[in-house]
Amino acid sequence: MGDPMRIRAQAAGSNATVRVLMAHEMETGQRKDAAGKTIPAWHITDVSATHNGKPVLSAEWGPAVAKNPFLQFTVKGAKAGDKIAVSWKDNKGDTRTDEATVT
Amino acid sequence: MPTRRKALQHSATVASLLAVTGLFPGIALAFNAKAFEAKNLGDALKALGAGAPVESKDVTVTGPDIAENGAVVPLGASTTLAGVKQLLILVEKNPNALVAMFNVTDSVDANIATRAKMGQSSDVYAVAVLADGRSLFARKEVKVTLGGCGG
Amino acid sequence: MTQHRVLLAALLTACATGTVWAQKSTAEGIAEYRAMLADGNPSDLFEAKGEGLWQQKRGPKNASLEQCDLGKGPGVVKGAFVELPRYFADTQRVQDMESRLLTCMETLQGFNAAEIARTPFGRAEQVNMTALAAYVSAGSRGMKFNLPNNTVQEKTMYEVGKRIFFARSGTHDFSCASCHAEDNKRIRLQDLPNLTKNPGAGNGFGAWPAYRVSNGQMWGMQLRLNDCYRQQRFPYPLFGSDATIALGLYLGVNGKGGESIAPAIKR
Repeated sequence: MGDPMRIRAQAAGSNATVRVLMAHEMETGQRKDAAGKTIPAWHITDVSATHNGKPVLSAEWGPAVAKNPFLQFTVKGAKAGDKIAVSWKDNKGDTRTDEATVT
Repeated sequence: MPTRRKALQHSATVASLLAVTGLFPGIALAFNAKAFEAKNLGDALKALGAGAPVESKDVTVTGPDIAENGAVVPLGASTTLAGVKQLLILVEKNPNALVAMFNVTDSVDANIATRAKMGQSSDVYAVAVLADGRSLFARKEVKVTLGGCGG
Repeated sequence: MTQHRVLLAALLTACATGTVWAQKSTAEGIAEYRAMLADGNPSDLFEAKGEGLWQQKRGPKNASLEQCDLGKGPGVVKGAFVELPRYFADTQRVQDMESRLLTCMETLQGFNAAEIARTPFGRAEQVNMTALAAYVSAGSRGMKFNLPNNTVQEKTMYEVGKRIFFARSGTHDFSCASCHAEDNKRIRLQDLPNLTKNPGAGNGFGAWPAYRVSNGQMWGMQLRLNDCYRQQRFPYPLFGSDATIALGLYLGVNGKGGESIAPAIKR
């Protein structure tokens, strides 16, 4: 299980703006270590988000997404008290899911 | 106001970027790992065909004019058009052009922001793929500079 | 011929003004970039981890850090950061946040402080130290620096810090003052704060711990000072050494009244 994400979901009008910070190295596979060996790629490949259990967004990411990735999106028709869950999976098969309540 | 020649160049670039990534307008959209592994943009130029991506004022790419450090560059893709299936973010001069691809449902605004790594100053593209298969893009130049030695 | 001259003059003028224009908007562009990064600071991840570590029972004594006295009483985190470094009667030392955390990790949890001090940054317990530093500094977010600086030990350390700040040494004859004792200095595109007085001192001191996007690392003041030493080609300063604490005290006192934005985000 990966390290916890920070999810903030704020109601704005009839929508909710969701901001996510994920803890992940997002290693590109382009870098070499001090010995000259290539550091293997290790990055999030799939992201998904649900609103009260219903899938609202999914994404595929390459290694060019920045380390400790940030993601922002707006869920329509979300109000205070609703649950937003975000999940990620990386190329090593590790996963993480965290949930936040819209405030 | 870009000249027609520049507009065509940009369309060609976006088409080549998308072609290399495995997504080509008009063909069934199915992303896989190969899409993100495409390294050589030049190879894709021969894949240009009908339905080349069109520059559109209805698509917006957001980002800073200049990024102090290419390791973290805030980039966003959005569109006011209806019926958007996907939003893509591409950095032309990265080793792999495609940064991220978002499947947009009716439950979210077609407006996504994230942060990308940029190897050098480059054009950045936001592409909106519509349900009818059309792809529209917006382009912005983002300069990347290394700062100094401290804070 | 004259036409060419006129054209050339016009071109040169355009280039000259173009350069000035570019410089102005570069500074603005970078300010805009920094503002875009401010929302969504990966420091939050370290702060959250640090909070967990503060509460978690760990070490040979299987105890949490919740009784750690950071200068405002056992367990008081809020406002502690903006009063550090300060004198502690129990250790009879002036200590900064990180060395004080180390004291608590040893006395409360039974960790070997000397071993942690010898551990390179980013490894083993130093990783946890960084997260704890992010958490503790967050407890003073937005508060103003108000180091007590009222004991003979603190006043002495302030003078020591000042001497170190201005002492030129090493292979390049550098001192902290080489870069940080005047207004309006910069290295390439990095503005160098004048650390001898406010606003530079408060801004400079209150910006660490910080998440550095250029290497994706969380840096506390100990690592920041360590890297300054490296840049000046000075020998490696010991973690939590009197020299680094004296410098921190000098900056913190100079920065009195300045606002802490730690844990911040940096290039």
